[in-house]
Amino acid sequence: MTLQPHLIRRLWLAIKAPLDGPLMLFLGLIFALSLVVLYSANNQGLDKIDNKLIYTLLSLTIMWLLARSRPQSIMNFAPPIYGIGVVLLLAVHFKGVTVNGSTRWLELGITRIQPSEIMKIALPMMLAWFFQKYELSMRWWHYLVAAVMIAIPCALVLKQPDLGTTMLIAASGFFVLFFVGLPWKVILGGMVAAGASMPVVWNMLHDYQRRRVMTMIDPMEDPLGAGYHIIQSMIAIGSGGPWGKGWLNGTQTHLDYIPERTTDFIFAVYSEEFGLVGNVVLVFLYTLVLSRAMMITAGAQTLYGRAMAGAITLSFFVYAFVNMGMVAGILPVVGVPLPFVSYGGTATVTLFVGMGMLMSIGNARR
Amino acid sequence: MRTSYSAHQRERLADASPALKMTAGRVRFVLLMLGMLFLALIGRAIYLQVVQQDFLQGQGEARFRRAMTLEANRGVITDRNGEPLAISSPVQTIWASPADMEPVPPAKLRDLGKLLDMAPEELATKLSDRKKEFVYIKRQINPEVADKVIALGIPGIAKQQEYRRFYPAGEIISHIIGFTGVDGKGQEGVELAREKMLSGKDGRRVVIKDRRGHIIEDVAAIEPPRDGQTLALAVDHRIQYLAYREIKAAVEENKAKAGSVVVLDAKTGELLALANYPSFNPNNRVGTTPEMLRNRAVIDLFEPGSTMKPLSISLALEHGKANVNTVLDTHSYMIGPATIRDVSAQPSLNILGIIQKSSNVGTSKLALLSSPQDFWTYYDSLGFGRAPNTGFPGEAAGRLRDWKNWRPIEQATMSFGYGVSVSLLQMARAYTIFTNDGVMLPISLYKTSTPMPGKRVLSEKTAHEMHDLLVANSEPGGGAVGGRIIGYSIGGKSGTARKLEGRTYVANKHRALFMGFAPGKNPKLIVAVMIDEPTAGKYYGGAISAPVFSQVAGGALRVLNVQPDEPSNNSLLPDSTPVPADF
Repeated sequence: MTLQPHLIRRLWLAIKAPLDGPLMLFLGLIFALSLVVLYSANNQGLDKIDNKLIYTLLSLTIMWLLARSRPQSIMNFAPPIYGIGVVLLLAVHFKGVTVNGSTRWLELGITRIQPSEIMKIALPMMLAWFFQKYELSMRWWHYLVAAVMIAIPCALVLKQPDLGTTMLIAASGFFVLFFVGLPWKVILGGMVAAGASMPVVWNMLHDYQRRRVMTMIDPMEDPLGAGYHIIQSMIAIGSGGPWGKGWLNGTQTHLDYIPERTTDFIFAVYSEEFGLVGNVVLVFLYTLVLSRAMMITAGAQTLYGRAMAGAITLSFFVYAFVNMGMVAGILPVVGVPLPFVSYGGTATVTLFVGMGMLMSIGNARR
Repeated sequence: MRTSYSAHQRERLADASPALKMTAGRVRFVLLMLGMLFLALIGRAIYLQVVQQDFLQGQGEARFRRAMTLEANRGVITDRNGEPLAISSPVQTIWASPADMEPVPPAKLRDLGKLLDMAPEELATKLSDRKKEFVYIKRQINPEVADKVIALGIPGIAKQQEYRRFYPAGEIISHIIGFTGVDGKGQEGVELAREKMLSGKDGRRVVIKDRRGHIIEDVAAIEPPRDGQTLALAVDHRIQYLAYREIKAAVEENKAKAGSVVVLDAKTGELLALANYPSFNPNNRVGTTPEMLRNRAVIDLFEPGSTMKPLSISLALEHGKANVNTVLDTHSYMIGPATIRDVSAQPSLNILGIIQKSSNVGTSKLALLSSPQDFWTYYDSLGFGRAPNTGFPGEAAGRLRDWKNWRPIEQATMSFGYGVSVSLLQMARAYTIFTNDGVMLPISLYKTSTPMPGKRVLSEKTAHEMHDLLVANSEPGGGAVGGRIIGYSIGGKSGTARKLEGRTYVANKHRALFMGFAPGKNPKLIVAVMIDEPTAGKYYGGAISAPVFSQVAGGALRVLNVQPDEPSNNSLLPDSTPVPADF
């Protein structure tokens, strides 16, 4: 009688121990919200809810395993993971599967994987590991080496072509540089250089990529082609008004006007049904997650920890911001999911891996 | 939360590595940036959801809400016996909303083209404007074909029920009925004149449709269409058929430019038939020329020539300037520089003689007994110079000049039908005074149970006198013998008018006319015949228009079961009977 509760309690404590309370609370709220939206976006079908529960559970397990590991032991996997990532990207380049004109996938017999997804974690890990290793003997040329480490996967992903993911990977690398102390002079100089090279980059872009940028500037230019998604999602968001149309009542959603409404454009569904109030709530929840993550970043004991936590946090922010910005029509359409809300297993796993590492870094501080 | 943590942070960082130390500031910077970007996002949300809400909601509704028209069935047009003359049969129209469509695969486009008998390129062009939300692909097609088109399942392509007008009597009555355009609106004839009554009122239903064009639900209550009303014309389709057949035959036989017949009910003014030739087929107007479309009996003006004489002579009788026994010197005479002369000159004629011989001299002398003002007033009361107000589109009014400027020669020529222009419909109506005791009847296009009241123009006495004179004119020795009918007496007057070209009357272009009524004793019908520019040799009204009268009036009386008033008259005049030279 008394033994059983005791056991359960001990099990509970064992599970709970490595997890970060506030983060779990905020993520739990977002997750609950996401199930509500998904139910509506999927026209009240339960199939995707089931799938989401399954892959979320899987992701949570991975996160838990990572959270209870020491950052140092995770860190040591950085070079092999990065190496494997680059090899897989090369394999994609030579033997990848081409879908819709871009070669992003690698056929592995039973399943397909998208190696660029691995790089989103592998690159910041590698850089953080690198700077940790040379922390005390850091010279300017270390930054050059780091730049090469960033450039290799970026070049490979850009060739696929996948501009959106390239930018996300490059950003995650840059965040590490930022947190290990890349001088402001260099950052500002880089920004100026980037601005100056815009025309050159523009010329190197594929037609469809240019179109996406143009579409963002004037979606009405091509209302049925590239502009269609943005117009429809803006209409959905605007129709929501301050209070929303109510759960399951979004006309644009249920009349099939919103494209990709369970994945990249799920924010439009949410916005139509829950309105401005809902948006503020969601952004607030994201802010809570980010604040907690930044606290962990600031409290990290090692350079690796700080750089890695910072990169994870900022990448998370970038996902959320780019997705909502794209759906709201202020950023070009790139395939970025809304963190923890969009339906899709791969992205969820990546996100929870990041959260697991973050918690591991947070735990090391205690 | 962050502030307290930072304080704690700072003291711990004092002994950390320089790289770690610098991070605290960067964390703060990052938080500031993130906050600002999220605020920008919220700002965007406010812009879309508060500022732009109405606009975007409207845009959304414009995409999923569609008002569909439920077309009202156009009213049937029938003749006086309920015989349908214009009916609407349901057809389908295929339309598309390119704005809601994805590009159609070429194979589907080919199938669609095959069904609709259109080139795939033509279809592609129609679907190319991606901003349009409505384009017709093909109108008025067979419902079965439309079902096959819908079965192709091309999103954004839909059908819509419409009605196609069908005219069972075709070209026989097309000038009265007119026709509707492809949008179902009346464009000519009664279809145009009574558009409001016939068209009814379209209904409406508002639906919600999804992106692929499927209709999800009806939003508002359906507003049912109100069908058009049935319109019964005064026309008798049997008489109309006769009239058309006879005028067509006469025009062809005499190699004439055109011809018209008007048949009125002598007692009610109802229009029993009105036919023109050439005519057109309202069911298929391909190749129809403006010549064929002309409703000549109503819109063409001409100088009526001798058929005017019974009308003008009646005025002298009415005002007591002459009586039926008056005898006039009918030698040619001069008014100013102009000579008035007769074709068959006679030294003197009584009134009957003037009519029988169609004497210009006698008629003009009688006319000049009245003042210009009286003469003008009389013609005006017969409706010359005024549109007859039957409701036909484009009715001609004719021309009757102001009497104040008349010279005597003008009054003289007007008395025998020159210098005044009329339509055949106006002439037929003027003759109702002889069949209706001096009261002129308004013409009714529509079947009436109570005839509209007429207007008295002549006294009963004068009307009966002229009626009898016209009947006598159809007896041997008169000018209207060509119009005689077996079993019935008739009354009538022929006329042959030279046509004016520029400012001179040309010798070789004529209008052959005949105005008459039947039966002679108690008239039931007035029939007016006009043949324009006969070129096959004969051109006298008495020779070529009178037989048309005879055929139409005779046939119509039998159709209407009118008792023969002269059963003993069982032969037309023997061929040897001379037809007078003029008329």
